[in-house]
Amino acid sequence: MAPRHLIDPHAHFHWSGSRDDHARYNASRLNAGDRMGILYHVASILGTWGRRSPTYFASPADVEAGNDAMYDITDAEPARVRAYVHVNPNHTEHALREIDRGVARGAVGVKLSASRRADDPLNDPIVAEAGRRGMPVLHHIWQHRQRDWGMQEASDAIELVRLAARHPGTNFILAHIGGGGDWAHTINVIRDVPNVYPDTSGSGVDRGMLDAYLASVGAQRLLWAADLTLCTGLAKLQALEVIGMPQADLDDICWRNAVRIFPPATFELT
Amino acid sequence: MTTHRFDVDVSAWIGSYPFRELPHPDAAILVQVLQRERIGQAWVGSLPSAWHRDPAPSNAWLYEALAPHADVLRPSPTVRPDWPGWEDVLDEAVRRGAPSVRVYPMQLGIGATSPVLPALARSAAARGLVIQLTVRFEDLRQRHPTDTVPDLTAAHVRVLVRADSRVRVIVSGAGRDLIEETHWSLTPEEQSRCFWDWAWVWGPPEDHLEHLVRTVGPERFTFGGFWPLRLVQAPLATFSLLSPLLPAVTMTSGLRITAEAMSHVV
Repeated sequence: MAPRHLIDPHAHFHWSGSRDDHARYNASRLNAGDRMGILYHVASILGTWGRRSPTYFASPADVEAGNDAMYDITDAEPARVRAYVHVNPNHTEHALREIDRGVARGAVGVKLSASRRADDPLNDPIVAEAGRRGMPVLHHIWQHRQRDWGMQEASDAIELVRLAARHPGTNFILAHIGGGGDWAHTINVIRDVPNVYPDTSGSGVDRGMLDAYLASVGAQRLLWAADLTLCTGLAKLQALEVIGMPQADLDDICWRNAVRIFPPATFELT
Repeated sequence: MTTHRFDVDVSAWIGSYPFRELPHPDAAILVQVLQRERIGQAWVGSLPSAWHRDPAPSNAWLYEALAPHADVLRPSPTVRPDWPGWEDVLDEAVRRGAPSVRVYPMQLGIGATSPVLPALARSAAARGLVIQLTVRFEDLRQRHPTDTVPDLTAAHVRVLVRADSRVRVIVSGAGRDLIEETHWSLTPEEQSRCFWDWAWVWGPPEDHLEHLVRTVGPERFTFGGFWPLRLVQAPLATFSLLSPLLPAVTMTSGLRITAEAMSHVV
């Protein structure tokens, strides 16, 4: 059993300002995505990915340049790429202007950088604006963050849920349950928070992880995604296919939930 | 007749894991997984033995648990080379038809300069047993606070490979960095006796596996699934996403590795 469609709501690209082999990298993602059946990559570029300013603390200039590069990719690949507008919440007014500019260039979601703890009030005007525009907010999460990790001000599910509770009209994508930390911790935190959607991305492919999330949050809130490793994304897709769930649940996870939380007409699906 | 995608999964275990619950890590389930994924057989270790002071009881349990599935599950007992009587483990492994033994130097606190590692290499090689090493069981970012064991180092691999010209070593769970650091620090002859699974090597868009296939060569790799800790689909997916532009890639079968190891036994 395979899903009718496949959308990756957590993807990234590179550009000339972030790495020299950006063309090879981007082509590899698109080619592998085609082979996996990914119809849409909903993607962001995080500034210069550390080359000129830190990935998660990108300067306003790098945020703009990365976003422009991302919009250029969506312009070049309108059939299979959609863009997030990436913002650094330490520059609130700039972030709000970037959202405005991003929407004009076709952005469909907000990539809220891990530049400030998720429950910090600085994030409020940004996620409120995203909610007002019907755009989901994708936030990098460290599952059960027990300390600060370098070069980011990461949050865990507890901190994101505080923000989500203040903004019930905004949908949040809790990034990469397989992306570091303890995924089992996040489950209990988000179980009863309807506007938080965990995504399955990350390099982690622990047995038991997908089953635990299905049992807890259910198929209507889980988002299949790949992030930086399409190979582990494909593995989790194949694992979902052999679990034996109803076709409707598989479709929810692989594309229908994404269709629900992104703005109308984001995806053209037949 | 089933066509196997891979003859052998060299990186499988049964039994419990000390730091989290694993869904049914049992031999009978592993057999079903191998059938579903069209993998011929698995070399199976005892997962809890990696943390036991004396692996002997766990090895006895392993032999008993695998016996009903001897056609597809082959034992790979754990040896602690700084423990009295450790060579008895090797002798029993030979009697039981084991293709390999596993050693966990990081969990045992055995440094790369310890003389017990060359001794193990020589004894295993003399018996035609492959030595298996495991870089990690979990990602560093998710480990339990009491699981402070660092990842296996290239120095550990080098000292085993260099200790005896007959020894074969398989390393499970290495990433691109460790593979390259080790491979390019060995002579071509030494390289030819060191094998890797790609369970922790990334595919697109970084394409680390494709890079390694082109540089160190596909013959250095053998399939390992990391069951029951990780989805066995992961290395299968990475392999399936290798560039179609690559010539047909054939990784080395575990059967060939053990045949090479046995060829030196007189």
